[in-house]
Amino acid sequence: MQRQTYLFPLFGYVFRLNILKLPGVQVTNSKMQFMLLFSRQGKLRLQKWYVPLSDKERKKISRDLVQTILARKPKMCSFLEWRDLKIVYKRYASLYFCCAVEDQDNELITLEIIHRYVELLDKYFCSVCELDIIFNFEKAYFILDEFLLGGEAQETSKKNVLKAIEQADLLQEEAEAPRSVLEEIGLT
Amino acid sequence: MSDVVEKTLTALPGLLSLDSQPGSNKLSSSSKLGSLIRGITELTSKHEEEKLIQRELTSIKEQVSSPNTSMRQMKELMVRAIYCEMLGYEASFSYIHAIKLAQQGTALEKRVGYLAVSLFLNESHELLLLLVNTVLKDLQSTNLIEVCMALTVVSQMFPKDMIPAILPLVEEKLNHPKEIIRRKAVLALYKFYLIAPNQVQHIHNKFRKALCDKDPGVMTASLHIYLQLIEENPEGYKDLTTSFVTILKQVVGGKLPMDFSYHSVPAPWLQIQLLRILCLLGKNDQSTSEIMYEVLDESLRRAEINHNITYAILFECVKCIYTIHPKSELLEKAAKCIGNFVLSPKINLKYLGLKALTYVVQQDPKLALQHQMTIIECLDHPDLIIKRETLELLFRITNAQNVTVIVDKMLEFLRINKDDYTTIDLVGKVAELAEKYPLIHVFLSFGGPLLPENGKKIWFIETMSTVFSVGGDTMQPDIPNSFLKLLSEGFDSVEEDRKLRLFAVDSYVSLLQGEPGKLPQRFLQVISWVLGEYSCLRADLEVDTVLRLLAKLLDMKTTSSETKSWVLMAMTKLCEGGAGVSVARGVSETYSSSLDTVLRQRAQELQHLRTRSYEPGCYPDTPAWSPWRMISGSPLKEKSNIMLVSRWISLSFLDGFVSEALAAGAAPYKPPHQRQEELAQAKALSLEPYGLSLPISMSSCSITDRQSPTLLSISSGLSGNSNDLSHKGGSSSLKLDGVKRVWGREGYLAQREPAEESAHVEVPSTLRSPSQQGGADGSHSQTPTHTPTPEPELEKQQLASSLFVGLGSHSSVCLMGKSEPTPQRFRRKARSPASSSGASKNISNSLVSPTITVDTLMCNNLLDSRITSEPDVSPLDQTPPLSKGLAAASGSCDEELPDSDVKGSSPSLIGDDALVAADPAPHEEPPKDLLLSSYLPAELSGLSHSEIIPLSSDQSLDLSACHVQKEGDLVLVVFIYNSSDSDIQQILLELDSEELEVSCECDGAVGGARGHSVAVCQYSLSVKRPSVHVELVGTVSYQFPVGTPQSVQFSYKLPLSSFIRPLTLSTEEYGAMWLDFSHDTKQNLTLISDDPEPLAASLSVLKKKLQLHVVEIIGMEGIVACRLLQDQPCLMHCRLHAGTLAVWLRSPVPDLPDCLMYFCQRALQEH
Repeated sequence: MQRQTYLFPLFGYVFRLNILKLPGVQVTNSKMQFMLLFSRQGKLRLQKWYVPLSDKERKKISRDLVQTILARKPKMCSFLEWRDLKIVYKRYASLYFCCAVEDQDNELITLEIIHRYVELLDKYFCSVCELDIIFNFEKAYFILDEFLLGGEAQETSKKNVLKAIEQADLLQEEAEAPRSVLEEIGLT
Repeated sequence: MSDVVEKTLTALPGLLSLDSQPGSNKLSSSSKLGSLIRGITELTSKHEEEKLIQRELTSIKEQVSSPNTSMRQMKELMVRAIYCEMLGYEASFSYIHAIKLAQQGTALEKRVGYLAVSLFLNESHELLLLLVNTVLKDLQSTNLIEVCMALTVVSQMFPKDMIPAILPLVEEKLNHPKEIIRRKAVLALYKFYLIAPNQVQHIHNKFRKALCDKDPGVMTASLHIYLQLIEENPEGYKDLTTSFVTILKQVVGGKLPMDFSYHSVPAPWLQIQLLRILCLLGKNDQSTSEIMYEVLDESLRRAEINHNITYAILFECVKCIYTIHPKSELLEKAAKCIGNFVLSPKINLKYLGLKALTYVVQQDPKLALQHQMTIIECLDHPDLIIKRETLELLFRITNAQNVTVIVDKMLEFLRINKDDYTTIDLVGKVAELAEKYPLIHVFLSFGGPLLPENGKKIWFIETMSTVFSVGGDTMQPDIPNSFLKLLSEGFDSVEEDRKLRLFAVDSYVSLLQGEPGKLPQRFLQVISWVLGEYSCLRADLEVDTVLRLLAKLLDMKTTSSETKSWVLMAMTKLCEGGAGVSVARGVSETYSSSLDTVLRQRAQELQHLRTRSYEPGCYPDTPAWSPWRMISGSPLKEKSNIMLVSRWISLSFLDGFVSEALAAGAAPYKPPHQRQEELAQAKALSLEPYGLSLPISMSSCSITDRQSPTLLSISSGLSGNSNDLSHKGGSSSLKLDGVKRVWGREGYLAQREPAEESAHVEVPSTLRSPSQQGGADGSHSQTPTHTPTPEPELEKQQLASSLFVGLGSHSSVCLMGKSEPTPQRFRRKARSPASSSGASKNISNSLVSPTITVDTLMCNNLLDSRITSEPDVSPLDQTPPLSKGLAAASGSCDEELPDSDVKGSSPSLIGDDALVAADPAPHEEPPKDLLLSSYLPAELSGLSHSEIIPLSSDQSLDLSACHVQKEGDLVLVVFIYNSSDSDIQQILLELDSEELEVSCECDGAVGGARGHSVAVCQYSLSVKRPSVHVELVGTVSYQFPVGTPQSVQFSYKLPLSSFIRPLTLSTEEYGAMWLDFSHDTKQNLTLISDDPEPLAASLSVLKKKLQLHVVEIIGMEGIVACRLLQDQPCLMHCRLHAGTLAVWLRSPVPDLPDCLMYFCQRALQEH
């Protein structure tokens, strides 16, 4: 929806449009707005924002959503409306995965994006658990970045995503070994 | 997979405290991050956590700014800083160090640096400028990983102004040999396009190249750009339609590599992206739409697996089908599909079904009718989101007849809803509806009001009161404005207006006499305006009383100063007649010393006017105060007042300003209702009526028209016609079910058509007999669960009839019956020749070139950007395999003839298992095969037959037999050779079998056989009880003219495989049948591994040897179908699994899967 400047911003029609949108969000077709991972206790485990928002807004949104979602019963719909966004969430054991998409988007496919991400994590960590994500959250971010880029599905082939991550990891290990030696030399 | 996750994740609490757990070696628990995390989990209060994190942050801060910190330590620190930020503590001091880390670190540290940057900063952060150089350097790096990292960060955030600096480098990457780099470059360009479209104008050709990339990943990435481009300018990309269709066809046909599949659905994300693009391209464009009908049909057909992902694709298909130029066949399928969604017990699917319905009801209100009971149930759903979506749907189907019920439901929801956002939205909708149908003119014009005359006004005023009190102060400010506008401008009849205003006054006075403290400010403002304007209409209402009520508002603490000024204005209007002096005086004295300047102004005015002997007259349309004061600077900001004034004055002094603004590019002014309209249209799919192919659109269009209520009468006239049309189409047949026939082609029937009285009389009886009602409901209601108690059901039906009144079937009596029989999900359909040939064509394609990548199939000429012909299948694999495939698929016996004639050596399907059993006595002179085969009946001689096997013989008779496979039959032929010289007069042959049903074609009596001649009997066999080998025993009794009766016994064994025939069906039908069958077996079989395409080769062996029909091969899976004579289906699903062929057989017949498995195993082993 495009914002329009009406000559006479009569009594809030424009205002109504404004409150529809998240504050400060540019209207783009970025499909996914953000992704949050949080625990059953409401602790945030991962957050990825695909729309530019200030710190304060991010905090408010995640607080709101965590509360709303935790209050929902297990048999309820995996989708909910929140402001003008659709929230799609799914619980995997103790972790909630939650994505925000635009109202017109297809909620089911978002649900499957979550599932694919969990599959990727599972494969990478060899049967993932929340601890893996807590302690290696940067890895979880790397995987997410290979899978979704800028809110769009970048690569949907499981094999390719993991290949990319493994290559980078490999480089890391190669680089790590000689470097520690060098450091020791430098230290002594 | 998720099971595994569940399991490990539930073990979590125990893990937190312990280090030595399986898998914990992966956790860097010894690191500082590890100890920080553990430290936090041990804390009990938020306060302690805060202290700990602050300490942590201080220590991080110290270390990052220390010059001695190595990059490696920095990486570790950065990870901790990210963690602290995630917990909600600010670590802004580390931002600059994140950039430094990305700049100076080695690849692995860079990775963390870039990650930290992308997490810490947002697109508009100024520090991002410092990253540009780093990105520039990394893009030029020879290390692929570094290039990848740079592209990743660029695709997430990059300062708009700096795009030109790196654009050439990113463009260059489009030609990179590595597909991952190309893919990321495409996405980076997509990002650039989003934030600065002008900058990437010149590289549109390169996007085309990306679309033709041989790597599916790169191609998929380029679709993001195309979706965006096409959304903005669909006209410019029509030439690509065939390409997109071709790609989609290939994807749907399973031509992409297997690892793009998700839960055995080929590349679902890609499919959805393509469907969205097609949707945009086909909108309002018949010729383009025609190109895509086939592939849409195919997509619908293929998406049969019961999984979320297929439903996601189906949803997108349905949306597309309803957006593009309509084709009735597809619409019908899509409607059925929506039915599956709505009726699904899964709540997520139900939600999506409602959403889809909301999309399509404007074009096809009938659909809502079909699902009315489900909709009613959803209205009472415990999950608010479902309720909410249902209301959204109802909002779209509102008309003058059901508006009161729907508004009621909305208000009901509003009362329980807690979420502000939804409240605002819904209140707006209720107000819109109430204002759209304030007096429901249609009823007046027909002279047959549904509500009593006053009831309508009561409804309008009361609805608005509820809107105001529920909506509170959060609702859109234009709601009270337009309400007041409506009230003051009035409707057609002066008398009506007077009554409406009078009623408003009455109801507000009683509200104020209650507890005005609870009312929201906005509502109080509305009340005071109305009382100020119109309370004089009620002659018996003392001005004093009103003034006192208003004064009470002023005294309340909760009243805002804005409301107070409204109240004061109302008082000013009221006391101009000189009445209520004492109250007014008190008030004006109090407020003329108010600190609020506006209030003081008002109080002054009140005082001034009170003392003036101005006699305004009590005409509602004339405001009591004169206009000059408003223009001369009195700060009357109140909208209502401006509004009133604007009716007197055209505000011509603003004309210059307006034209200036228009010249400067401002949008012309649109009145609020028009904007509402546009908003509604923007959210809907398409409101344009389509051509003749969709007769329903006429009525839907008129129903959705909000502007003129009189159109409704046209609509009811028209819909009669459109309904007739749809009857002809056979898509709907409405049934009478206990609902009054109120509306006919001529309008309201109660008065025009007395003949209908009888229908009226019948109604109560139907309603009163719940059992009858229930029975009727059970027979054709769509609701899957039938409520046992009739009362709530009845209630629901009544609700349904009131909700769905006037939807597409004004002229029809029934609103309760659904217009289509319950959709049978697993119904078998008559096979259309087109689909079967399509399927076999697929097989031939996949046999020859199953892994053709996109570029080889479609795209070299795409680069030329003008495609004239569609390179669908490369000529190489077109004809020969096609014909072969078709022939094999049809599986007629003619094809098998040579095979079986050569037999003896080959372990082929026919007859090798037929054994001589009963009398193994040597027979010296068995009649020659060739000889006997010439005795085959003429109608069978053309068909393949098994080897003719000697069965048994005695001194005078030699018995032989063979079986012949006909397409729908298996015929046993018994040859009786009379080896003696004398004639036999009477031969009687009896057959018996446990497994087989034998029907004789010659009544068992063969008649006679002359000496040295052959008598032939035919029997038609079918399987009663499947078994690997079926056997029948027989007795031949004969008698020579002279001599005693004699008999010969024999038995004949034949394999079950001779009873197997191909079953030709489509994938869709296959999918539907699969779930219905209860008997199944699974086994891993040997694969034909020496073939490059083991699956295809194995299946073709099975097809050849067992006469199975290969329905489809998708990637590593194949589905095969056959039937056991006569009509017992058996379905087979094969999958490549760890070098074997995992076969799963299903059939409604017990033992059939096991037997067939045996034959498959043998066929493959013997190959």
